[in-house]
Amino acid sequence: MARTPRLDLDALLADRHTRIVVCCGSGGVGKTTTAAALALRAAEQGRKVVVLTIDPARRLAQSLGLTELDNVPRPVAGLADAAVPGGHLDAMMLDMKRTFDEVVLAHSTPEAAEQILANPFYQAVSSSFAGTQEYMAMEKLGQLRARADREGTWDLIVVDTPPSRSALDFLDAPKRLGSFLDGRFIRLIAAPARAGGRAGLKFLNVGIGLVSKTLTTVLGGEMLRDVQTFVNALDTMFGGFRERADLTYALLKQGGTAFVVVAAPERDALREAGYFVSRLQAEGMPLAGVVVNRMQPAPAPGLTAARARAAAEQLAEAGRPKAAAALTVHAAMADVAARHRNLVRRFTAGHPAIPVVEVASLAQDVHDVDGLREVGRRLAG
Amino acid sequence: MPPAPPPARADGFAGVRLHIVTGKGGTGKTTVAAALAVALANQGKRVLLAEVEGRQGISQTFDVPPLPTTETRVAGGANGGEVVGLAVDAKAALLEYLQLFYKLGRAGGVLEKFGAIDFATTIAPGVRDLLLIGRIYEASRRRLDNKHLRGSAPEDLAYDAIVLDAPPTGRIPRFLSVGEEVADLARMGPIHSQAGSITEVLHSGATRVHVVTLLEEMPVQETIDAVAELREMGMPVGAVVINQVRAWEEFEVAADLDENDRATGFTIHRPALADPLSPTELAEDLRSVGLDLPTGTAEALLAQVRDHTERVDLEVEQLAVLKDLGQPLVSVPFLVDGVDLNAVTEIAQILTSEGMVP
Repeated sequence: MARTPRLDLDALLADRHTRIVVCCGSGGVGKTTTAAALALRAAEQGRKVVVLTIDPARRLAQSLGLTELDNVPRPVAGLADAAVPGGHLDAMMLDMKRTFDEVVLAHSTPEAAEQILANPFYQAVSSSFAGTQEYMAMEKLGQLRARADREGTWDLIVVDTPPSRSALDFLDAPKRLGSFLDGRFIRLIAAPARAGGRAGLKFLNVGIGLVSKTLTTVLGGEMLRDVQTFVNALDTMFGGFRERADLTYALLKQGGTAFVVVAAPERDALREAGYFVSRLQAEGMPLAGVVVNRMQPAPAPGLTAARARAAAEQLAEAGRPKAAAALTVHAAMADVAARHRNLVRRFTAGHPAIPVVEVASLAQDVHDVDGLREVGRRLAG
Repeated sequence: MPPAPPPARADGFAGVRLHIVTGKGGTGKTTVAAALAVALANQGKRVLLAEVEGRQGISQTFDVPPLPTTETRVAGGANGGEVVGLAVDAKAALLEYLQLFYKLGRAGGVLEKFGAIDFATTIAPGVRDLLLIGRIYEASRRRLDNKHLRGSAPEDLAYDAIVLDAPPTGRIPRFLSVGEEVADLARMGPIHSQAGSITEVLHSGATRVHVVTLLEEMPVQETIDAVAELREMGMPVGAVVINQVRAWEEFEVAADLDENDRATGFTIHRPALADPLSPTELAEDLRSVGLDLPTGTAEALLAQVRDHTERVDLEVEQLAVLKDLGQPLVSVPFLVDGVDLNAVTEIAQILTSEGMVP
């Protein structure tokens, strides 16, 4: 069997053609930490980097100097003295609502913007619509990229992706929004009287009447009116929305973008990673490879768990409890390490051409730039 | 704020019919939810185990084919109990709902064609979550004869208990407050009243939200935030289930225990510190039992013990933080072999002995 290629992240970060790195994966696998560690490593190797995090743990955010969610990139202090000159690192946390508001303000007249921002339906959509976070992450990525091109502020953007309900929601959400905005339902909702009143195919009229009646029955007239106001107010910016989503999507497909799928050595996380890999390949997205975090290290590979357990028993009987404890710990760790190896082996057997890098777990959580640097070292292998 | 009382042992949650299980991603909430359903089924109960995130976690956990949108038996329990699985699908729930309450068989098809169903299930704020919870609510009120409960007499219910594998901690407050949110948007009409009834059930004494965590900083922080938010919303919080506790009992030397630890049945085991033991001494001990290992092995083994001890100390620290919450704590050990169907059975027994079920 062919050996699985190793994912060489240092080469990826050193390649000046790499302009965007997208970290995706299921929740709880260390995706945000991986994104931050890669960004720091690239910056210390001389690149001008911005990292966009979605929902970082409080202490990780603090380690990057992000004390508030203000939707603006802030410089990260504490790069190593030995860092390659010229590099620097900015970090930001995504504020979904504020990003949405900015889009509205940028694409409508002040009067229209005011009307939209005050609409209860807009307020609900901008803070809770399933997919808004994904859409806004894409929007923000597009903005950062445009600024990088315009001002030369950054030559590498590292993006964390939202903890999606299902694989690659962040790729699907803009398309979903686009098809919704294009759909006839929105036109129907925007002007039901006009659509229904106009002469057309008879069955269509019946259909529209039925739909309008049902909507009014189920949603109630007032909510429907809120929706209509919202849709009409947004009407002018629909083009802008869809166009930008399409542009960002196209940007991701280009050379210069690299997707890194992050996983942990657990059955569910690796299964999810498998979905991500297949979806990215199906969409023609440039996949760099898979990072498997939290691998149990296996020191003293020559000493099997079974042998260690037998020896521990003998030592305990011989009144050597400390040596016995050391071997008991080893046996348990060796079992976990073996399970992790098996899970990764099964994954690579199913995806033989995908580069993989395994990252040993840290005994402590990451709280500062030094911790991120250590994670970066391990990611580089 | 007065200091939280020390956590009591979980009392079995005798009057609870709806168990909502949340937790940070990667903490094993699906496994814990499945194990809780099995534990209840082993008491002869008919249990509905529902998931709402389209992951097919239930079928994978029970090693059965992917679940359809209808309720499907996935496991049997002792004394005639059973676990029925349900992967709630918002679209199917909406069409069922329209059929059930409005007899809109034909309108359903037309709505679908116009993209209205997609609109409601993916884009309209809150509606998707409301449909998902609404489907659970419907199942909780259904009787064995397929009619729905009127009033509050708990007679001949289709399910004795419902376990919901809910969205992760980051999304749970919003998910559970969707009733209020939607009631605000739809200020009258059937959706408004339906949303109100759901809110009422969620806040009742027959509901508990359990939070699954690991003894690591990030999940513990999320647990604390989630519990605070849930309390503020007036949601009844149940147990904090601590999963994958690494302090195995085989490391005989226990850390100092106080009465609280005993009350919660919580024992932290720490390996006998190999501190005063030098690599040379360890190598000698190893040789005495016939283990002649390459140079450096003893150092590596001692480093491994230090790493593990550091991790256990971190767990002790995080445990102290969780105790301050004042919720019942339930611990599930780290399973070296990972999670399969046998592990679910094993965890179900542990949950039973830890007081998660009556």
